[in-house]
Amino acid sequence: MVNKKNIPAVLVDDLSFHYGEKNVLEHITMEITQGSFLGLVGPNGSGKSSLIKCILGLLKPQQGGVYLFGEKVQKFNDWEKVGYVSQKANSFNTAFPATAFEVVSMGLFGKVGLFRFLKATDKEKVWEALRSVNMEEFAQKNIGELSGGQQQRIFIARALVSDPELLILDEPTVGVDVESSASFYKMLDSLHREKKMTLVLVTHDVGVMTDYVTDVACLNKQIHFHGNTKEFEESSSENMSAFYGHHVHVLSHDHEHR
Amino acid sequence: MFPIFKYEFLQNAFLTGIMVGLLAPVLGVFIVVRRQALIADALSHITLAGIAANLLLGKWFALFAGANPIYLGMAFSVGGAIFIEQLRKVYKHYEELAIPIIMSAGIGLSVIFISMADGFNADLFSYLFGSIIAVKQSDVWTVFAILIVVLLFVFFMYKELFVLSFDEEQGKLSGIRSNWILIAFMAITALVIAASMKVVGILLVSSLMTLPVAASIRIAKGFKQTIWLSVLFGEIAVILGMFLSYYLDIASGGTIVLCLVLILTLCILYKKFTGSRKVGHV
Ligand SMILES: Nc1ncnc2c1ncn2[C@@H]1O[C@H](COP(=O)(O)OP(=O)(O)OP(=O)(O)O)[C@@H](O)[C@H]1O
Ligand SMILES: [Mg+2]
Repeated sequence: MVNKKNIPAVLVDDLSFHYGEKNVLEHITMEITQGSFLGLVGPNGSGKSSLIKCILGLLKPQQGGVYLFGEKVQKFNDWEKVGYVSQKANSFNTAFPATAFEVVSMGLFGKVGLFRFLKATDKEKVWEALRSVNMEEFAQKNIGELSGGQQQRIFIARALVSDPELLILDEPTVGVDVESSASFYKMLDSLHREKKMTLVLVTHDVGVMTDYVTDVACLNKQIHFHGNTKEFEESSSENMSAFYGHHVHVLSHDHEHR
Repeated sequence: MFPIFKYEFLQNAFLTGIMVGLLAPVLGVFIVVRRQALIADALSHITLAGIAANLLLGKWFALFAGANPIYLGMAFSVGGAIFIEQLRKVYKHYEELAIPIIMSAGIGLSVIFISMADGFNADLFSYLFGSIIAVKQSDVWTVFAILIVVLLFVFFMYKELFVLSFDEEQGKLSGIRSNWILIAFMAITALVIAASMKVVGILLVSSLMTLPVAASIRIAKGFKQTIWLSVLFGEIAVILGMFLSYYLDIASGGTIVLCLVLILTLCILYKKFTGSRKVGHV
């Protein structure tokens, strides 16, 4: 028998992806073990968001494949196990007439299934998710009436509401103030430690991230580094400066960019 | 009882109007939030082409002379709707181009068919601008059948439609088969447009889909409330508009749309005086 815990949450197998003529990802192979907390870093345009979308089956790679919990992503059905906050979550149609509560409840639709409706217990879950991001009092506000950072928290609540085993966040703290961002990292930390959730975090805050993540992957079309945080920090002085051009915290420059 | 209900044709008109006043705004909510308000216009013009085609065929074949032109109108409309969804994929980055393409094709075809059928007649006028005296018993039943289909679809697909309107990515992640649902939605919209045209007229059918929503979006909290208010506004406008149409002897499309504009104005003013709401900021 296969031990379920040994199956990687995500397995990317020799994946290549291009938009038209433009190569975005080349021969990516990586494994994200269950219970790990991966920080995915790389300069702008390095293909982080594209890789995430390939992992979620939202983009179809031209070569290679993705397995979620051992299942080929095209055949994967347990979407309630997966939570996702997209990078563009804060550039949606802000005039959309939905309350924060309604937006969060969307996260349960995969679980509730076709032709069914939300039950009282589902509604309780929505409240719980709103509480976890401290947005309970804004539940009945229209999403367009909230500030950018508050909207971002609503999207995080939407990703959390189905109690996922794998949570993927694409630059979730952009537009969130320093204090909220610190409490956000604490929340991720407790999800990871207490609920044993597998987390993938795309971010540019390399300094803050390394205090929390267990593993780091550096992407720029290819995977340049993938290992645990300790290895990353030891190698970062030479690797990272080569990777990013010069200093780790300055991300605007990069050797492979045209 | 109002004296106008003595006449059977007026009963037909009111029954149809009340059903259309519910249908058009319900679908309109999803159309407006997906920023496709103009789709209703494109589909209504392609419906006109179907009606004009029936007019022309009626001159040539006895079979079509007796048929209710609404059916061929529906066929054209549904075909146009499916075509729009396909065109949208061809013009990935200019999705909205699909709408003017279908719209001009619809107008072009209509003009050709109408000319070939030796031009305008009173019948056609009633399709363009709506006419409460032109509604037949068979129209009532057709609209009733559409009402059942649409209500079942929206009731059972509410979650799916809601999530797909808000963000398609999340929809796909919920395991929703978005293509299938969006095509079904477009086909249903096409049916409703064809069904509405006797009462409001082809040129004004899109207003019945979009104006009630435009009004309710100003004041509603949340998505469900937006739907209820849109239906309420749609019904008020249709019923009031039909009374005015009868007593003032004006084409019903005009009176209904003016009622909608009035409601919209009141909602905007109400919002202005009861507090501001941040819209469109991030
Ligand atoms: N829809 C698209 N069509 C064509 N090219 C695209 C599209 N989206 C992204 N790209 C290209 O693919 C490359 C990778 O983009 P991606 O969004 O994955 O980068 P990223 O690492 O997430 O960057 P950022 O840090 O800015 O979020 C970029 O060079 C970009 O120009
Ligand atoms: Mg990105």
